[in-house]
Amino acid sequence: MDIYLFLAKGVIILLIFGITLLIATYSTYAERKVAGFIQDRLGPNRAGKWGLLQPIADAGKMFFKEDFIPARASKWLFIAGPSIAMLTACLTSCVIPFGGTLDLTALGIDKPVPIQGMDVNIGILYVFGIVSLGVYGVMIGGWASNNKFSLLGAIRAASQNISYELAMSLSIIAIIMISGSLSVNDIIQDQDSFYKWNIFRQPVGFLIFIICAFAECNRTPFDLPECETELIGGYHTEYSSMKLGFYLFAEYINMFVSGAVISALYFGGYHFPGESLVAGWLPEGAMGHNILTLIGVVAFFGKILFFIFFFMWVRWTIARFRYDQLMNLGWKSLIPLAIANIVVTGGVLLALPQIKDLLSSL
Amino acid sequence: MQTLTNRSKHVSNKKLSLGERLYLPAIVGGLGITIRHFFKKKVTIQYPEEQRPMSEVFRGLHVLKRDEQGRERCTACGLCAVACPAEAISMVAAERKPGEENLYREEKYAAIYEINMLRCIFCGLCEDACPKSAIYLQSDKLAPSFYSRADVIYGKDRLVQSMDTITSAKSLKSGLTTSDRYVDKVWKNGNY
Repeated sequence: MDIYLFLAKGVIILLIFGITLLIATYSTYAERKVAGFIQDRLGPNRAGKWGLLQPIADAGKMFFKEDFIPARASKWLFIAGPSIAMLTACLTSCVIPFGGTLDLTALGIDKPVPIQGMDVNIGILYVFGIVSLGVYGVMIGGWASNNKFSLLGAIRAASQNISYELAMSLSIIAIIMISGSLSVNDIIQDQDSFYKWNIFRQPVGFLIFIICAFAECNRTPFDLPECETELIGGYHTEYSSMKLGFYLFAEYINMFVSGAVISALYFGGYHFPGESLVAGWLPEGAMGHNILTLIGVVAFFGKILFFIFFFMWVRWTIARFRYDQLMNLGWKSLIPLAIANIVVTGGVLLALPQIKDLLSSL
Repeated sequence: MQTLTNRSKHVSNKKLSLGERLYLPAIVGGLGITIRHFFKKKVTIQYPEEQRPMSEVFRGLHVLKRDEQGRERCTACGLCAVACPAEAISMVAAERKPGEENLYREEKYAAIYEINMLRCIFCGLCEDACPKSAIYLQSDKLAPSFYSRADVIYGKDRLVQSMDTITSAKSLKSGLTTSDRYVDKVWKNGNY
């Protein structure tokens, strides 16, 4: 029954969307809590038990603030900025497979249902395309504000994102060479056992990728677009109310997506160590398969949450870069390193079959 | 240059080695420091529920003491006003009438005794100057905030120790402030 497949897919997409938003919401809370703990404080703890209602209180505050548009700002673009930022942030998670497949033959669906918005064969390219669109949100917002500080912040964001996107994509190429596919699902399938995780096969690529991920998310130590000391609020200086909320919220969604992409590309996605062992304990058939898939989903979210924590951990550890240091690091270190990584990976990939032949002929 | 202590660090402008230029070891070290703080005991005091313990010798709001029979100790000698560096204390003396022996201990007493809390610097010199042990700065009570200038001048109505802390034998002891107890302890031990 196609209608059931459609419904199951719809439920999965809505769930992924809802969980993305929920995690992003609670990332704001976690950020403040982690900041507090690292600075030997307690963080927010008044709204609800342990301050758990803090994000709701924040959102309420945001909604009831005056929604101000500067007189000489370009009104249409001013509204478009945060909308694009939010939209692009939400679009990315649809190609990320959050788990294996569900066997729903009991519901009359004969095909296995993947826990993924859609499986496109250029998934990783799609992610990069959408992420690079995200800079338009920042750029348009900064431009439309008609304010020098906003514009400076926007220009910084644009040049930073473009610089680091290069190194980021180059570091991915090595992975694509190994797995031979652009589909995120195929890349995850390729890392089905612990020692085959790409972190072990591509440590340098991982390092480049995670540094660039920090830069793409505009997180410390690369938060130059919004550095308060130099640029007031950067591109969102003129924003207030929920438009500002959208910009900040988009950053947290981006963090979640970055965590998901890092876990998918380098940490085996929904695979976890000892998977075949657990599969042996579970009952045969659809039931066991589904339970294994759900454990995989939990493992994947665990990895994502760890990376979100890592983003925050780094934020409260490292000071912000100077702009020339940022550009030097991006263009003079990371890009050559990424290219060298591709060359070495290519060489090893070419040499491996030869070596195997040589060994078997001995 | 000769150093005064051996705690100073020598700074040099030598080129960083490759390991240092990578920054990664230093960053990992930094992450280690922050995660240690993450699990450390927090220093926050949850204010309204939890209050920072005050020192035994904290100098808070003044009190004009009564003696064991509930008589005011102050004899309006004016030594506290003289000792006060901020000139916060002023008083008007009056003579004790017959029949008032249960109110005032000495023949002379302060009819008006005022401390301007805006001027007071809570140095405690009045406490030291008082020959009758009449004025004390309480260690457990802060001078409250105020909203008008008239509120700032504390008269006898707000300074004199209230009677109900005196009357019963039991509350005689609880009428003492912690600074009293501290002073008692110091006097008994003789190490003042």
